[in-house]
Amino acid sequence: MNEQILTGRMQEHRTDSHTLRRYEETGGYQALRKALGMKPEEIAAEVKGSNIAGRGGAGFPTGVKWGFLAPSMPRYLVINADESEPGTFKDRQLMERDPHQLVEGIVISAYALGANRAFVYVRGEYARPARRIHAAIEEARQAGYIGDGILGSGFSLEVSVHLGAGAYICGEETALLNSLEGLRGEPRIKPPFPAVEGLYAKPTIVNNVETISNIPWIVTHGGAAYDAIGPEGSKGTRLFSVSGHVERPGNYEIVMGMTWRNLIYDLGGGVRGGKELKAWIPGGASAPWLTPEHLDEPITIQACARLGTMLGSGGIVVMDETTNVVAAALSLVRFFAHESCGQCTPCREGATWLERILERILHGEGRPSDMDLLLDVSDNISPGLKWPPAMTTICPLGPSAVSPITSIMSHFRDEVAAMIAGEVPAGV
Amino acid sequence: MTWSPDTSARADEIVAWYPEPRSAVMPLLYLAMREEGRLSDQGMQEVAARTGITAAQVLAVASFYTMFKREVGRHVVSVCRSISCHLLDSQAVVDAIADESGVPAGETADDGSLTIETVECIGACGGAPAVQVDYEMVEGLTPEKGRQLVRWLLDERPDLIRSDDLQERFGGQRSFDWGPDDPAGALGPYPAFAPYGTAGGGS
Repeated sequence: MNEQILTGRMQEHRTDSHTLRRYEETGGYQALRKALGMKPEEIAAEVKGSNIAGRGGAGFPTGVKWGFLAPSMPRYLVINADESEPGTFKDRQLMERDPHQLVEGIVISAYALGANRAFVYVRGEYARPARRIHAAIEEARQAGYIGDGILGSGFSLEVSVHLGAGAYICGEETALLNSLEGLRGEPRIKPPFPAVEGLYAKPTIVNNVETISNIPWIVTHGGAAYDAIGPEGSKGTRLFSVSGHVERPGNYEIVMGMTWRNLIYDLGGGVRGGKELKAWIPGGASAPWLTPEHLDEPITIQACARLGTMLGSGGIVVMDETTNVVAAALSLVRFFAHESCGQCTPCREGATWLERILERILHGEGRPSDMDLLLDVSDNISPGLKWPPAMTTICPLGPSAVSPITSIMSHFRDEVAAMIAGEVPAGV
Repeated sequence: MTWSPDTSARADEIVAWYPEPRSAVMPLLYLAMREEGRLSDQGMQEVAARTGITAAQVLAVASFYTMFKREVGRHVVSVCRSISCHLLDSQAVVDAIADESGVPAGETADDGSLTIETVECIGACGGAPAVQVDYEMVEGLTPEKGRQLVRWLLDERPDLIRSDDLQERFGGQRSFDWGPDDPAGALGPYPAFAPYGTAGGGS
């Protein structure tokens, strides 16, 4: 269960895993050589056969997404390095510590997709990862892995880094494309999907950093080898960010299918200070919470769907028994209220109201009717309060603000009620 | 302030990277901040002139993103308040930093030395509570280290802000092993990125 596709090099070579020299010495850019000897459609078939699902949040099968790319030219590959989902810091490590793995993945993917131009959209707060990616691109260009006629082939590619400027919503792929076009980062109505009308209304594939970092391995070993790792529907390794009240926070690359108990207790060292576990967020701030009764559930896309939540961005946030769930929910809801782009009324108004209601409960000014009001406002954003949500908005940001509300109201309703009644002290 | 020939040349170079000039709006907004230490009306007009859109359109873009700042101190200290940092009491770090600097969160010191802000997730959850100074990371802060950070910025007046330097002086638990030092660092309240001419200390 200790397969390492993504993080082996950085662990073994801590001082120089980000350099071209170390990357080449450990087999780097051999997958590109192999890929350039294959037909683009053969590479796409390997990726499809690997059954890798996107690692950004939505979990859509990458090979299927690639298959939607419209045939017209020009077309673009855009890497989503806007990692901003609270609880998630895995792409940051991949970019800082093994940027060439991503760059090689970009060149191979662009070749497979027939794109001669790729952009890496890095969030503005990730200055250091952006510098490492930029340096890797420059090294790769010098070595002939990027540019005109790559390694003597007829394939040419330019890659550049574009910095965001502090907007979570730009992680939504159509908002990202608007931002890259020099517009406000507001999500677009779909369809058309980016694969048909993306950047500059041209066919565009947007893929996450971790997803594309897997491509060199898939080309080297074949899609079938990747598909052989992990349980049905949750193939390959995944990098999970573990944080919160845990003894050993960090990024853990695991084969899916292990249990939450394995990840939180065996790898993460358990709850800090020997305290009891109260709840955890299984896939970034947007995901509905799980509770100790779920500890022996497997970490798979399917098991999460069955429990009404998701693996999302792979950000796991552990909360111990001392956690004030109203304060925790407020932190999460405030995030979404702050990051709402404002286009859709249910999200813009609803998230703000949820924030205000939680704030007054936390300040000891909650009203008995607030219990129903929280759920009523939530239901107006996300009818039926289910996951995956029914959509009233262009993108899933609005329904994501509802996840903390449904989580505390289904698992910790008594605590909320007690705080409103003044039976427990309010405040953080 | 009209842009210097050097800044203009760099702006032209950046515009040329993109299939369409408008895509250069965000990079040029960073360039405008470098030029004046903040974003001014004149700066936005310069961006508009080079990207073929109006100054109002540039303002519409700039106002959407939190990192384009019209008022900002010599350094911006950003304390994360999102869930993992919240759980590990980032509020105590915010309070300590605000108290030591005398600048409430969300405001800029009268002398223009510092801007203190609370921000949403900066991707340092494993090293919570985390802070950025001019978008250079420091992880695993305590309230006391937060106070020392403020004193260092105000008393030592460093020209270059480097994440490794911050981490060594004020940091604790990290999200992951950072590996070797990055010699580059920030020169002002905008991200240090060589292609935008905003990085100091080598690349």
